[in-house]
Amino acid sequence: MAKTRKFRIWRGDEQAGDFQDYDVEVETGMVVLDAIHLIQAEQAHDLAVRWNCKAGKCGSCSMEINGKPRLSCMTRMNEYAPDETITVQPMRTFRVIKDLVCDVSWNYEQNKKIAPFKPGPRDADGNYRMKQDDVDRVQEFRKCIECFLCQDVCHVLRDHEQKEKFVGPRFMIRLAGLEMHPLDTADRIPKIKEEFGVGMCNITRCCTEVCPEHIGITDNGIIPLKERVVDRYYDPLRILWRKLTGKT
Amino acid sequence: MADIDELQQFEHDVLVIGAGGAGLRAATECSNRGLNTGLICKSLLGKAHTVMAEGGMAAALGNVDSRDNWKIHFRDTMRGGKFLNQWRMAELHARMAPDCVRELEEWGAVFDRTPDGLISQRNFGGHRYPRLAHVGDRTGLEMIRTLQDHGIHQGIKVYMENKALGLLLDGDKIAGVLGLWRETGRFALFKAKAVIMATGGGGRAWRVTSNSWEYSGDGLAMAYHAGAELMDLEFTQFHPTGMVWPPSVRGTLVTEGVRGDGGILLNSKHERFMFNYIPERFASETADTEEEANLWLNGDKEARRPPELLTRDVVARAILAETEAGRGSPHGGAFLDIASQKPPDVIRRKLPSMYHQFKELAELDITREPMEVGPTMHYFMGGIRVDHDSQQTRVPGLFACGECAAGLHGANRLGGNSLSDLLVFGKLAGIGACEYAASLPSAPAPDAGQVQGLMRSATDILNRETGENPYSIHSDLQDLMQAKVGIIRNQAYLEEGLDGIDQLRTRTAGVKAHGTSQYNAGWHEALDLDPLLITSEAVARAALLRKESRGAHTRAEHEGENEEWGNRNIVTSKAADGSMQVQVVERPAPSEELRAIATATLEELEGTAS
Ligand SMILES: Cc1cc2nc3c(=O)[nH]c(=O)nc-3n(C[C@H](O)[C@H](O)[C@H](O)COP(=O)(O)OP(=O)(O)OC[C@H]3O[C@@H](n4cnc5c(N)ncnc54)[C@H](O)[C@@H]3O)c2cc1C
Ligand code: SF4
Ligand code: SF4
Ligand code: FES
Repeated sequence: MAKTRKFRIWRGDEQAGDFQDYDVEVETGMVVLDAIHLIQAEQAHDLAVRWNCKAGKCGSCSMEINGKPRLSCMTRMNEYAPDETITVQPMRTFRVIKDLVCDVSWNYEQNKKIAPFKPGPRDADGNYRMKQDDVDRVQEFRKCIECFLCQDVCHVLRDHEQKEKFVGPRFMIRLAGLEMHPLDTADRIPKIKEEFGVGMCNITRCCTEVCPEHIGITDNGIIPLKERVVDRYYDPLRILWRKLTGKT
Repeated sequence: MADIDELQQFEHDVLVIGAGGAGLRAATECSNRGLNTGLICKSLLGKAHTVMAEGGMAAALGNVDSRDNWKIHFRDTMRGGKFLNQWRMAELHARMAPDCVRELEEWGAVFDRTPDGLISQRNFGGHRYPRLAHVGDRTGLEMIRTLQDHGIHQGIKVYMENKALGLLLDGDKIAGVLGLWRETGRFALFKAKAVIMATGGGGRAWRVTSNSWEYSGDGLAMAYHAGAELMDLEFTQFHPTGMVWPPSVRGTLVTEGVRGDGGILLNSKHERFMFNYIPERFASETADTEEEANLWLNGDKEARRPPELLTRDVVARAILAETEAGRGSPHGGAFLDIASQKPPDVIRRKLPSMYHQFKELAELDITREPMEVGPTMHYFMGGIRVDHDSQQTRVPGLFACGECAAGLHGANRLGGNSLSDLLVFGKLAGIGACEYAASLPSAPAPDAGQVQGLMRSATDILNRETGENPYSIHSDLQDLMQAKVGIIRNQAYLEEGLDGIDQLRTRTAGVKAHGTSQYNAGWHEALDLDPLLITSEAVARAALLRKESRGAHTRAEHEGENEEWGNRNIVTSKAADGSMQVQVVERPAPSEELRAIATATLEELEGTAS
């Protein structure tokens, strides 16, 4: 049942590059990454692409497929019309290294700025106790596979290049996961407001739309963080309290 | 050839190779103990195999069933490993796992909870009690992210997308590692007093596998070339439930959690065939009727476990036997059915990533229809031979932990015992390496000739005018191993396998990668061929030597376990003339205490934790 499909793949590096055409015989059930692997094995041995799990679990194979940020291992060929050309290019928010691979190290730098988890003391029997209901939300954020598709699509990072002012949706939910963790004792609200730039997000929800893990990035993560910042800094009663006591 | 002084150089007390659970845990230990620690990995941080682990990590916390304790975990591990495990390692693992899991929680892991708010635990094959701490079916992600987020604040220097090409020696001692940056194609010289190998297994040598491209046996081959021994390589685990359809996802794992949460196996005649495959050793602890299996599923503590939860070797062979008898599913597997056992919302909550995996990759709704599954190459029980307490190999300064090390699992690994293995032995390897590094009077110096030799053989692949495509050599190896060194083995097949490996080695000597050195997938594919071939040869040679069937190793002409082999491990090393040498060694005897625990009845062990 092999059928010939047309691919346009961006080939090049930081200096220069363009789209190249490939014909590839695809079989039932294939995903875009399978087709890229066939091209690599048969026609373009040095084609650069990242992947690991091939099952949507590791977040390595992110790219833009027909203009949409996707995991290529979870994008079935039969999503596209049989004669449709499939155009594949690297994520555009990050510097391209080669072909479909780009430099995502900026993301790892953001993570380092975030104060780590700091739990309170254990119960007398040596255990921590948390109710499942209280950790459901935190677990939702922890489903993140660091594919960085949300970072790719966020216009603050993408069109406005404000990478120094905003850590991006991925790290907003990392922060939300820490702030909502029932055992955590650290306070990250001042940094969330200033350094991490929660105010830069204007709730377009593009990040939520592309998240392959279906995490409610904007509604469940960023908006509650915005509310916590408002409560802390703009709530008149809190401001009065701060003035009187000198405490935040 | 460049002078090695001109190479980019880095210096560390300890260099860890591999950023899965084992490598990250080891690096954290070294760094916490104040050593200057480096970590290199082939992929980006957080993408190692560990991220794919689904079902959970085994530790006798006793949160769900308080009868559990380390002794029963130890006994289960020994029985699952068909008593070939290294006794001391199985003991250390069972004793230390609970604290290691609690430590992970302290570092930020958010496990699923019991109604009283403790870490919840699920059932898995071969574990007597619900023992696997888990997060839905994405436990590995939780583990790697926790270790990663904790580790980046510990001062570990991480070198991502850097492939270790070989270990460097000063005399017989470890002196460092030669690495290759994927991005630029430049070499990097890492000087180190001690090196911890945490590179995982070699499943990419087979066609149908749950493993990623990273599993080319690099660590095994590097250690072998440096003079270390490999052990137990004949024990390659075929996980019973990989996807079988569509072809492009053949081999992708379906977690054992599906069976742990009630999934049953059926053949094309709708028979629950596992009742026909219960081995003698497990008969007294396994349900022999559907009624009893259902009672167990509904929480009756007196009922025995369903036969779907027998150890992986047993279940994989049963599925193979059913398909060979003509009772397979349409695409040559068995049916795995949870839809008839649990309501849709429970399935989606307990097995969310399985639900998505089938929905998106196979267009199948597991809450309504059965899955089709069949055996897939999954895990190496064997690996680098280490000292049971320090994790040091016979090469001074070289340590190993995680899937690339041998000993804990014997002839068959229980599900969930790998993730806990990574934490326990990652930590111990870290301690071992720190003690060794502190004991060295001066830093060893890598041998320049060796560095140049490694660089030359890597660049030759790019520089030669013509040569064979690395992808086709790898693909032929996968077909060969699948056909000749599969689940059921025999002498003729194994010998043909070894001949085939020899021919592939000749072809590899003339392999050519096109293009430049920058992020060149074909070049890296070619560089993986030597480790793949070393690993494959070691597996085939050990499999040929072991004339019995035990755990994951099945010889058609030598049925059943043979008592004489019950205390022998097969050890592989590189002989002075460069050939591969395989040897049978007697396993050290256990203490009386451990032997007594391993053979005790459950009643004797319940509630005896100490
Ligand atoms: C799909 C799947 C599901 C699983 N589910 C479970 C489960 O539920 N429970 C369980 O206990 N076990 C499970 N396992 C097994 C378990 O996940 C692995 O055995 C374990 O994660 C291995 O961890 P590790 O730290 O030894 O190696 P890995 O996590 O594989 O890490 C290996 C590291 O070594 C690096 N590396 C390799 N070669 C080189 C080189 N030449 N140079 C530099 N770096 C190198 C890699 O880049 C990587 O960082 C599962 C495995 C798979 C594949
Ligand atoms: S909702 Fe906020 S973070 Fe998400 S894409 Fe829009 S601006 Fe970016
Ligand atoms: S939040 Fe979603 S889109 Fe963003 S990195 Fe995580 S998994 Fe990817
Ligand atoms: S390869 Fe892992 S998410 Fe696609």
